[in-house]
Amino acid sequence: MKEAVHISGVPSPGPDLQELMVRVARGDQDAFASVYDAVSGPVLGLVRSVLRDPAQSEEVAQEVLVEVWRTAPRFQASRGSAMNWVLTLAHHRAVDRVRSAEAAAAREHKAALLERMPAFDEVSEQVETRLEREQVRRCMRTLSELQRESVTLAYYRGLTYREVSELLSVPLGTIKTRLRDGLIRLRDCLGVSA
Amino acid sequence: MSTAELHTLTGAYALHALPESEQRAFERHLEDCEACSQEVRELSATAARLGLAVAEPSPRELRERVLREITTVRQEAPAHGRRERSSGRGRTGRWSGYALAACIAAAAAFGGVAVWQNQVAQDARQEANQAQRQNEQLAQVLSAPDAKTSSSELTGGARGTVVVSQSQNRAVFLAANMAPPPSGKVYQIWFNDEGTMRSAGLMDPKASDDAVLLNGPVDQASGMGITVEPAGGSAEPTSDPVALMDFPTA
Repeated sequence: MKEAVHISGVPSPGPDLQELMVRVARGDQDAFASVYDAVSGPVLGLVRSVLRDPAQSEEVAQEVLVEVWRTAPRFQASRGSAMNWVLTLAHHRAVDRVRSAEAAAAREHKAALLERMPAFDEVSEQVETRLEREQVRRCMRTLSELQRESVTLAYYRGLTYREVSELLSVPLGTIKTRLRDGLIRLRDCLGVSA
Repeated sequence: MSTAELHTLTGAYALHALPESEQRAFERHLEDCEACSQEVRELSATAARLGLAVAEPSPRELRERVLREITTVRQEAPAHGRRERSSGRGRTGRWSGYALAACIAAAAAFGGVAVWQNQVAQDARQEANQAQRQNEQLAQVLSAPDAKTSSSELTGGARGTVVVSQSQNRAVFLAANMAPPPSGKVYQIWFNDEGTMRSAGLMDPKASDDAVLLNGPVDQASGMGITVEPAGGSAEPTSDPVALMDFPTA
């Protein structure tokens, strides 16, 4: 596995993830194992940042990874990278879970959501992850406070923009705009193209 | 939801921060809005980077469970026969101004304010080929990160939206359901420089829905007005304005 500094795009560690996905789409289980190794860390980390509960996070991560296998034939490389596709799926599933009725009841107090704002608290040994984390952290600092809070609460905590608006006592329209211009600033800072 | 607001939902959508009903409505909107789709792709890719930044090691047992489970899970059929979004529009990777204007007009329809007619969009797209450069500028204003929007009801059920980008120093006026001007007349748009009217161009007399890049810089103008003028326009207004709109403030 090469250790590269990724300037733009989502890195695909090891063998090319796009090619592997083509093989997975044809039912290749060995290729899926390689895809698993590339994506499972980000999937679990993301799901866990939203759900917090370790057991529930593993359960959702498992569902997501099996869904990657099941729906791989529908993956279209022309629409974006495999890593994007997988992480978008993972985020959706995590957020679906957090918004489901039983989870809502157990949802933590709002104040607690705000306290844990910086979501980069776990330690990782992986160089690629550390670099990625550094870059995201640096770019997050270029955001205004409201942009950063809005994006963080929506993405890492899975709140709807209405919930973000209530939590921060800021009008809905402002939150919508901040989510967009915050992401645009991040996109430019991270050099993302699609 | 006001006219151009739907386009600002690209960020919330990319972060999956829309409630389900709004998410579905926005997805319908995306079907017809290539500019929004492009932005959503970019912002989703950006969000994925945020996901990548919180990666953590996953336990070996999870790997075993997943690899065992997939041996019993049937894969879905590939997606084919799907409607190709780009058909008929050319795959240039750039959005035409009118495609974006169509988005915003579609946004107006979503808000229950105006109805966008497909034919109008079609015509607009053809015109777009003839006025590509102007359209690109128009698109730049509409998609500028600092674009601000304000909408108001005009006379006769029409609705006007003005989009101003301070960084571009340009403004765009979007009209929906405008009654045609009297025969031999045109609508002329003016910048309002503290009561002094500075011509900002003519509207297309045939279109009831139109997107106009205002001629010249916004500079100190605090708003815009529309008057009915003889065909070809006038150097200064010769009639009372049929509409006056303030520019959105920051």
